[in-house]
Amino acid sequence: MDDIALRAERVSKVFGQSRVLDDVSFELRRGEVLCLAGENGCGKSTLIKILNGVYTPEAGAAFSFGNADAVSRITPHDARALGIHVIWQDLALFPHLSVAENIVFDDYVASPFRPLSRRAARHEAREVIERLGVPLDPDARVEDLSIARRQLVAICRVLRAGARIVFMDEPTASLTRNEVQTLLEITRSLSAQGISIVFVSHRLAEVLAVCQRVTVLRNGALVGTYPTEGMTQTRLSQLMTGRELTLTPRHAACSGEPVLELRHLSRTGEFEDVSLTLHRGEILGLTGLLGAGRTELAHVLFGMNRPTTGELRKNGKPLKMRSNRDAIRNGIAYVSEDRLHLGLVQNQSINMNTAVTVLDELEQPRGFLAPRRLRELTAEWIRRLGTKVSDAELAVSSLSGGNQQRIVLAKWLATKPDVLILDCPTVGVDVGAKAGIFEIIRQLADEGMSIILISDEAGEIWMNSDRVVVLKAGRVSRELAPNATTEASLEEIINA
Amino acid sequence: MRKLHLGTEGVLAAIIVALCLVLGLTTDTFLTTQNLFDLLNNQSVNMIFAAGLVVVLIAGGIDISFAVAASVVQYVVMTLLMDHMGGGNWLLGIVLSMAVGSLLGLVNAFLIHRFRIVSIIVTIGTFNLYFGLLMVFTGGVSIYDVPDWLYYSVPLIDLPASRGSATLYLPVAVMVVMSLATGFILTRTGFGRAIYGFGSSPEAARRSGVRVGMIHAFAYGWLGLCAGVAGLMQAHIVQEVVPNALIGQELPILAAVVLGGATLGGGRGSVTGALLGVLLLAVVQNGLNLLGVTPYAFRMIVGFIILAAITCSNLDKLLPRRTISQEARS
Repeated sequence: MDDIALRAERVSKVFGQSRVLDDVSFELRRGEVLCLAGENGCGKSTLIKILNGVYTPEAGAAFSFGNADAVSRITPHDARALGIHVIWQDLALFPHLSVAENIVFDDYVASPFRPLSRRAARHEAREVIERLGVPLDPDARVEDLSIARRQLVAICRVLRAGARIVFMDEPTASLTRNEVQTLLEITRSLSAQGISIVFVSHRLAEVLAVCQRVTVLRNGALVGTYPTEGMTQTRLSQLMTGRELTLTPRHAACSGEPVLELRHLSRTGEFEDVSLTLHRGEILGLTGLLGAGRTELAHVLFGMNRPTTGELRKNGKPLKMRSNRDAIRNGIAYVSEDRLHLGLVQNQSINMNTAVTVLDELEQPRGFLAPRRLRELTAEWIRRLGTKVSDAELAVSSLSGGNQQRIVLAKWLATKPDVLILDCPTVGVDVGAKAGIFEIIRQLADEGMSIILISDEAGEIWMNSDRVVVLKAGRVSRELAPNATTEASLEEIINA
Repeated sequence: MRKLHLGTEGVLAAIIVALCLVLGLTTDTFLTTQNLFDLLNNQSVNMIFAAGLVVVLIAGGIDISFAVAASVVQYVVMTLLMDHMGGGNWLLGIVLSMAVGSLLGLVNAFLIHRFRIVSIIVTIGTFNLYFGLLMVFTGGVSIYDVPDWLYYSVPLIDLPASRGSATLYLPVAVMVVMSLATGFILTRTGFGRAIYGFGSSPEAARRSGVRVGMIHAFAYGWLGLCAGVAGLMQAHIVQEVVPNALIGQELPILAAVVLGGATLGGGRGSVTGALLGVLLLAVVQNGLNLLGVTPYAFRMIVGFIILAAITCSNLDKLLPRRTISQEARS
């Protein structure tokens, strides 16, 4: 257990003027699950890329594997020979190919002109799948699989390639709770087979559940490596951010007038008989397992789908919407979960992304877009939300996850909504930025905005809501006040 | 993967069979060996084009320059053969056509790969460039003086028929060989699967170490090679070389290949599908002719078939995912 699979010492990396990694040491034991933790931009990805041979470190670094002599850098070729693999968050699979073909794809690259046998490919794939003990059909096409299954395909692929060290980048970001459990079990079984795993995740609870040790980076420097035994989430986020995150539970009693009323709202196959009232200045936590109808309900409230039966009232008047344009006109905004694909146009500028919802207003009065007003609008929102932006003309993809999330928020706040629906606003956002986003949300509520906060993390719902509604199989199963419960019992109610 | 291919191809084959039965019942000329053989003889050129084009589509690209490239090949090869080689022979003709054709295809591949230009723009460019050069250098004059070996048709199968005989000619055999070769590369070699992989997810392919330059070079080069062969066969069939004989063929062939299950997004398609797509459109045209429908209606009907087919093939995807597509605004 104690022999070292990989040791890296004095690793530094400079990009232009900035020192992204500064004298970091890293040690991975054989068969261990180690967490690499830190906020976005702390140098995690750079370190992974150096260990994987993508980047060359500055002179002075030393890498050693087991008993072999130390080398000053790892080439991509070394990385493959040593069985170092990275499963990136986007998985890098081939959606149109079958599971089996995805698993054996590296053969295609290694020996492109050897005639193939589909049966052999299927057989080999099945072998790996059985070794991992997962329910995968080798003939299924990857595009038809859920994200969780695709992840298993990616794991099978590195296993077959003879992986001995696997880096997993945010593997749980888009999984449901049960799928996360399955993944954690698989991670454990891989480690029992002697494979070392480096787990990168912003979900600290998972980190503490599955990892033996955690290596924390902050601003490119090593903070330290700690055993997870005895480590708490609070302590870990302190190590990562370098500051005390003292967010107190909200639990404000709310007495504002009703803004949005749902009366016996149903949509066939999605949710049934949902009655709710959202008050002015209230944060309503909407939770439940994935598939309980949370997002589906949000889509109806945002006018993208029509309810089958039931009534929706806004400020006391009945509200019928034919599309989300009507919703926007009525002061309802919806920030979707899939920030990367649906929330932002990644290769467009920060300016354009912020202004896209209000372009027609910016075109007033003459019907031409006023670039100066557009820039002012963006600057205003960047300032108000505390977004870190060096140049608003840059593509939005240049921002970190937390800052991207702020731009999505800004884009919807620019429509001046009085109801804001946030669907899992902190997915893929690191601890420090999470706290920042909740600060903004609370402030908006204090200013009188009504907010529906959708999340499956009991902790953040409990911490930030005035009232919590739990959906189960499309129905409201519980409505409760956070101060009448604890985080742990809320967690139990969600999973019950 | 396999299932879907059987799906698209199976459906196409079923439609073709059904159409043939209907035409066999409504006309007394359709289901004759003679007519069916002629259908194949006439479509072999388009089918060779289609077999090449499907490779480019699978790799996620598009090429509209291949038909004029074939015309260029015809001119270059005929001029070389007649002026410098004393006429040559079949072997020389085919080898030269393949060489010139793949060279023209490689120009596309080079521009697309080296300068990262979108394939449709590059091939619109080379489409105009090739055709312009052809017209400038030939002055639009046709070549009637072709080598003897090319002039005389080569019958392969000769069956007695009600009127004269039903004959299958050489281009059909060439089409079969080219299709089998393309199909073999695409489905039975790792390189072929890597082309599917690249079309499916270029970034994933790049990270897996796929040599992107090779994929581009092969896809466009192979289409060029097929276009060269198709050009030679077309010249063989009509026994002359006319500079604007093939221009305008690119879009119907592209439509046929898309009908056969390939998409402009890449990663999908098969040679069988592409051939069946060409065949379906040919059967429809042939049937309409035999039924005495005005030829002007043909394009209209082809357009309708393409739209209907694409709509149907997307229907199953559209219905359950409706909510997702609407999320795009949020």
